[in-house]
Amino acid sequence: MGVPINPFVLMFAAVFTSNMVLSNFLGMCSFISVSKELKTANGLGLAVTFVMTITSVLNYIVYYYILVPLGLEYLIYIVFIIVIAAFVQLLEMIIDRISPALYINLGIFLPLITVNCAILGGALFLIIRNYSLIQSLTFGFGSGIGWWLAIVALAAIRQRLRENDIPVALRGSGITLIIIGIMALAFIGFSGVLRVQ
Amino acid sequence: MNGKDEQISALFKRTLFFENPVVIQILGICSALAVTNRLINTAIMAIGLTLVTALSSLTISAIRNLIPRRIRMMVQVLVIASYVIVFDLILKAYLPAISAALGPYVGLIITNCIIMGRAEAYAQSHPPLSAFLDGLGSGLGYSMVLMIVAFVRELLGFGTLFGVKVTPESFVNWTIMIMAPSAFFVLSIVLWIFKSFRTGTK
Repeated sequence: MGVPINPFVLMFAAVFTSNMVLSNFLGMCSFISVSKELKTANGLGLAVTFVMTITSVLNYIVYYYILVPLGLEYLIYIVFIIVIAAFVQLLEMIIDRISPALYINLGIFLPLITVNCAILGGALFLIIRNYSLIQSLTFGFGSGIGWWLAIVALAAIRQRLRENDIPVALRGSGITLIIIGIMALAFIGFSGVLRVQ
Repeated sequence: MNGKDEQISALFKRTLFFENPVVIQILGICSALAVTNRLINTAIMAIGLTLVTALSSLTISAIRNLIPRRIRMMVQVLVIASYVIVFDLILKAYLPAISAALGPYVGLIITNCIIMGRAEAYAQSHPPLSAFLDGLGSGLGYSMVLMIVAFVRELLGFGTLFGVKVTPESFVNWTIMIMAPSAFFVLSIVLWIFKSFRTGTK
């Protein structure tokens, strides 16, 4: 479909110009609730990046090699969410077995990832936009990095704001949304660089 | 009769105002923000979410004693996903233009935290009818906030309401209202107003 986009351009676009959170609003729930501390935000960001990269490829394979030949495209949502949930469960078990230290740091975030819309959304985007396997890989990775970058930046800003005098009703989520809005404005600046859907 | 009515009205008051899923609990805003640039898209999305929440709460509550605790998340996701697929197919068949505009966001109803949240927090431990009403109320609470945000964005961004031009010719459209950041700003203002009222009434 159309001119094939260079996978690396696509990766750059996924990080900056079509950032998952800031321009597609995906993964907002955990983006807001887990961004109070820089350290935990970092952990979740890394976990999302990893899971997103792998599940993008897995979902691509499942869709084109299992669902399409069988004519079961309408099951896409149910199958994708199962693939993601199963992968996260598997990952949790592997991490627990191999590295208990990593499990303590990362383990608590894994269940959150299953219901993170960014992961499912990323997988749906790559089907809707007809990406190839390599494009899916770089798109998944770039989207994950973009999400990680955004949550770390937000957590850093929120840590600094903690001592400030904010109107009572605006505290917590209200001011966070305004910060995200300003961050989104800043990221729009990148859209002049390249526009890739 | 009277007692039951009051219970229901109290339930709606709770889900619409005091525990509104979007503004108070900050749940489910992923899809809330992406579709709010046009009222018509928002309305369809809101109807879909309300139906899916109500029906999946009903179903999960009806089978709550049959689900083993360990795999309940999986079962909940499957129930929700089935309803979303049904809604998506109906949309594709009867309203193809809107279905295309909403794109992947219909599918993302599955990961909308409101539905999972209601299933976990309420439907698991309540009989089917009240779970259904709770889901319906939460869905309406979500819809209300979404419609407010969409109203502001469409009015200022396109000068239209439901696609009908309402502003005078001299009105200059606010381009920012169509873009992503405005959704955050409008929602935070709505949230601010809601919370001010809430702390005021307490």
